[in-house]
Amino acid sequence: MSLRASTSQTIGPYLRIGLEWMVIEDLAPPGVAGDRVRLEGRVVDADGKPVNDAAVEIWQANSQGKYASPEDTQAQPAEKAFRGYGRSLTDDAGAFRFRTIKPGRVPGPEGKHQAPHLTVTIFMRGLLKQLQTRIYFPDDPANADDPVLNLVPAERRATLVAKKRADGALEWNVVLQGKNETVFFDF
Amino acid sequence: MKDPAPYRRPYRGTQPDYLFPPYASTVRRAPSQPLVVLPHTLSELTAPVFGYDDIKPQDSDLTQQHPGEPLGERIVVSGRVLDENGKALPGLLIEIWQANAAGRYNHRVDQHDAPLDPNFTGAGRILTDAEGRYRFVTIRPGEYPWRNHHNAWRPAHIHFSLFGPAIVTRLITQMYFPGDPLLEYDPMFTCVPDEKARNRLVSTFDWETTMPEHALGYRFDIVLRGREATPMENRR
Repeated sequence: MSLRASTSQTIGPYLRIGLEWMVIEDLAPPGVAGDRVRLEGRVVDADGKPVNDAAVEIWQANSQGKYASPEDTQAQPAEKAFRGYGRSLTDDAGAFRFRTIKPGRVPGPEGKHQAPHLTVTIFMRGLLKQLQTRIYFPDDPANADDPVLNLVPAERRATLVAKKRADGALEWNVVLQGKNETVFFDF
Repeated sequence: MKDPAPYRRPYRGTQPDYLFPPYASTVRRAPSQPLVVLPHTLSELTAPVFGYDDIKPQDSDLTQQHPGEPLGERIVVSGRVLDENGKALPGLLIEIWQANAAGRYNHRVDQHDAPLDPNFTGAGRILTDAEGRYRFVTIRPGEYPWRNHHNAWRPAHIHFSLFGPAIVTRLITQMYFPGDPLLEYDPMFTCVPDEKARNRLVSTFDWETTMPEHALGYRFDIVLRGREATPMENRR
């Protein structure tokens, strides 16, 4: 059988009604292994205006590089208390936030390992389909050889790497369009 | 190790572009730089799993979430979730939200001059069963105006959000109603050139799921992306 995937439609401005019940900004309760990460950012449009009606979702492996998904058949165990999924709905400043752990490295194309990263899916009014992007970690030596990061033109790679702030949090912003536009993937 | 099989890329004309000027909000929000083609690695081929701990049985009946009955016409919305290979997708989380019968959302941003209904929130969720089936009871949402262009009205619709087996199968879409005269004027509905793809967003009246003396049935099947049959070893 060969069917065609349903057409994507915008999430619209009223996403909170349907999605707020499962906001997950703290992914890693006490006991989950790994280095703790506080991640904050903003979503802005082509005019630099905050986007106050976006859903930002992250998906990640645990600290051992294992996804809590039946599709991940690697030997290392998943952790019961760590699903690896987060959802934040932007506020009036366009801001979103997560507390999580730094994921381990996961396999990539041709058996090479990828640098630690978070997979990011973004929905909002004005997007007829989601944007797909990634967050990498600053100063990780594995970034230099990451097979996905290396597909991105060198001058744009920095848009996928979070910055470490003086207060210890990681900052990663989404610029939808224009100067310093975030890299988005055709997925 | 062989690379795992990727998901199929969309068929031409069946998925919207980011920039679609008739829908005015896309103009300042669509990316302008070329997208980078992403290989489907383990990060793209996996997705979170949800279970019965996450939802409650009454979450799928939007008419039973308050002390009183909501106003409007009760309907049953049901269907199956399949992938492009025709495989039923069990255990998937579906989230829906919608306007009330008067065309008003229970949301601070919605200032449309139509009444809120204290007995209707407009949010539901369910997990698909072993055959990929789902079933919601709700009320038929009203049409409502928006400010996209002069005299713009959204056709009646229900928002659907689905998680599939992989992050790249994540889908948010809208279900419409058969025979709605507003569809042809709606830039969201007309955002893709493929007419068949558009029409798959329109539910069908379903006599078999219609409940006698109680509620009309509408059927809405959803298809998520499917995997290529064989791994493509040299894909870059």
